[in-house]
Amino acid sequence: MKTLVWVEHDGKAVKDATLAVVTAASKLGEVHLLVAGSGVDAVAKEAAGIAGVGKVHVADNAAFGHNLPENIAPLVAELMGSHDAFLAPATTTGKNIAPRVAALLDVMQISEILSVEGPKTFTRPIYAGNAIATVESSDAKLVLTVRGTAFDKAATSGGSGTVEAVGAGSDAGISSFVGAEIAKSERPELTSAKIIVSGGRALGSSEKYEEVIVPLADKLGAALGASRAAVDAGYVPNDYQVGQTGKIVAPQVYFAIGISGAIQHLAGMKDSKTIVAINKDEDAPIFQVADFGLVADLFNAVPELTGKI
Amino acid sequence: MKILVPVKRVLDYNVKPRVKSDGTGVDLANVKMSMNPFDEIGVEEAIRLKEKGVATEIVAVSVGPAKAQETLRTALAMGADRAILVQTDDAVEPLALAKIFKAIADAEQPGLVILGKQAIDDDNNQTGQMLAALTGWAQGTFASAVNVDGDSVNVTREVDGGLETVKLKLPAIVTTDLRLNEPRYASLPNIMKAKSKPLDTKTPADYGVDTAPRVKVVKVSEPAARSAGVKVADVDELVAKLKALGVHS
Repeated sequence: MKTLVWVEHDGKAVKDATLAVVTAASKLGEVHLLVAGSGVDAVAKEAAGIAGVGKVHVADNAAFGHNLPENIAPLVAELMGSHDAFLAPATTTGKNIAPRVAALLDVMQISEILSVEGPKTFTRPIYAGNAIATVESSDAKLVLTVRGTAFDKAATSGGSGTVEAVGAGSDAGISSFVGAEIAKSERPELTSAKIIVSGGRALGSSEKYEEVIVPLADKLGAALGASRAAVDAGYVPNDYQVGQTGKIVAPQVYFAIGISGAIQHLAGMKDSKTIVAINKDEDAPIFQVADFGLVADLFNAVPELTGKI
Repeated sequence: MKILVPVKRVLDYNVKPRVKSDGTGVDLANVKMSMNPFDEIGVEEAIRLKEKGVATEIVAVSVGPAKAQETLRTALAMGADRAILVQTDDAVEPLALAKIFKAIADAEQPGLVILGKQAIDDDNNQTGQMLAALTGWAQGTFASAVNVDGDSVNVTREVDGGLETVKLKLPAIVTTDLRLNEPRYASLPNIMKAKSKPLDTKTPADYGVDTAPRVKVVKVSEPAARSAGVKVADVDELVAKLKALGVHS
């Protein structure tokens, strides 16, 4: 089977989410990559070095500059003439593009796969991860999105893919990029961080989040996260949200501070290797999944932890 | 401008799903069903656009069993003008749904179709994007703001790392994210009024769409349970446990 993997990048470098998709694709067959964008030579070169990669298709065109699915989906659909499976990370970019490709190919997509069970059989979460479905496709071609935390990341070096330019592409003329507000930060990205410190509604304000959560994250070099309640209360921006409706994460260590552990939050972090919970309510559901639970007032315990760790 | 709002009847978001012991799916017998929350946000957004004078008519559509009528009546009570039930007892996949909505869009000629970004039962997150592909229209997915301006619409999207705004030529497809709005509750008079609003009943065959599944569900199982660990007595004990894992500054 020949697979085509969507390379997620920021114009300068390959994003980590891509590496898990390469691993998933390698379980199906030959791995080809697609780097689409504007001025993406460096990205293509980096992508060719990913372990296990065969061919890297590069579509360099201003129309592909902002991942507009109206322009990119036809390009992918065309390349799928010579590939059997299209795989994209289950990121907001991948989720935006893949179904548009699937419909152009008249294929029913399989979303957020967790494992590859056979050439056309996969597992995926349904009902916010409260159930796992094993599903089998009957379509001639496959379109899949891949949950990044469910697969190991392919090595970023050791590969010797051949770079090949593909057709010019065109602007469909129905959509354009206006602007973005992307949070700039020195911190690791939530979805690839080894340690995450998350705060919940119990913090009470954005000032307290800043005062209590941030110093611990700083000390550990951790990414910052939050529960939906904390995001909805306006303590932190929405891209901090961990949960079924936010980011799905699986770090080495996840600190849940002042987070009760609603189902929707647990769905986003229960695959973390070690979960640490600090909450003053000893009956909080978060303690049912925590490896280490501390029943304490977070306003005392967290600064003490920051001081001693 | 007309707005089409597809709505799905799903297991209420407050009900904990239980996997059936025979592994064929999630138990939906005798449990509360409601409108998919993301679709509710779509209905609300359409109503707000009508209140602003941007939209003139809101048509709610649902593909599902006879009981999906209740979901459509909820949309009508919130403020949709009329409804179409495409009745079927089969579980209809996103691709077939998109084909049905495409046929309805051909007939109704809406300026916008506003869908939930995903249904909270199968979590596919596909139907809006697929409908956009089939119609050839632009798509603004995961919307947190929608501003119609003449013959185009600016959609602010919730993306990994922040927000992004795209400008789409109308007609267009929008899918909703959580923070787009807070849906209203239907008032009692409006619930009464909704009962007399028009609701057409059709079938997938009326639109020439084959709803046979492309993806077979082999089995549905419980996720691996995570067991509770230990409670530590104080911060010092926690620090010791963390240091043993190699976690320190």
